[in-house]
Amino acid sequence: MAENNEIRYLNPPTVEVRKKKYCRFKKAGIKYVDYKDAEFLKKFLNEQGKILPRRITGTSLKFQRKVAQAIKRARSLALLPYVTDLLK
Amino acid sequence: MLKQYETVFIATPVLSDAQMKEAVAKYTTLIKDNGGEIVSEEDWGLKQLAYPIQHKTSGFYYLIEFKAAPEFVATLETQYHRDERILRYLTVALDKNAVAYAEHRRQVRAGKAAAAKEEPQPVKEEEVTVEPKENEEA
Repeated sequence: MAENNEIRYLNPPTVEVRKKKYCRFKKAGIKYVDYKDAEFLKKFLNEQGKILPRRITGTSLKFQRKVAQAIKRARSLALLPYVTDLLK
Repeated sequence: MLKQYETVFIATPVLSDAQMKEAVAKYTTLIKDNGGEIVSEEDWGLKQLAYPIQHKTSGFYYLIEFKAAPEFVATLETQYHRDERILRYLTVALDKNAVAYAEHRRQVRAGKAAAAKEEPQPVKEEEVTVEPKENEEA
């Protein structure tokens, strides 16, 4: 009876290994986030031009604040849009 | 005590080259006359705006890095505000990391300009975006 209840897989069940997120600023040793570099800041925006949360980008809190500040500056200089569709 | 600042303004695209030069000269002399000093200037040329400002879809961008007394910034911004040629402006104070970054950026740009001079390519990118150091990752 016991062996009938046992679940057997043809393929070994894949255990999802999540890649650890990291802060790219800390890793690369970047100290200043430049608002003039719109292409770089686009990595932190979604398609509507909204700022991506930290839980997705993995940025540390310290640099998330700086990124947010830089994006807002870039927006005011019309380097980045406030609202859009199909950014990238 | 002078502090380092950086200011970007967007001028209307209707200006001619001479008018643009005059506008730039106005602000650089304004900085110098108020006891400031120009660290560097960068002309980004005519760029598309990400959204229309005053029904205009492009503008001349100009960046000036300067050292001045903190009181001067208000004067500069008043001048910008009164100037009908200026669509937008932004002045930010630079901390020590920002100064280091600006220095690095300038060197990269100078290097790129020299490289472009050596081998003149027909396809030249009009906007040089400088990645803050090496930040390549997967």
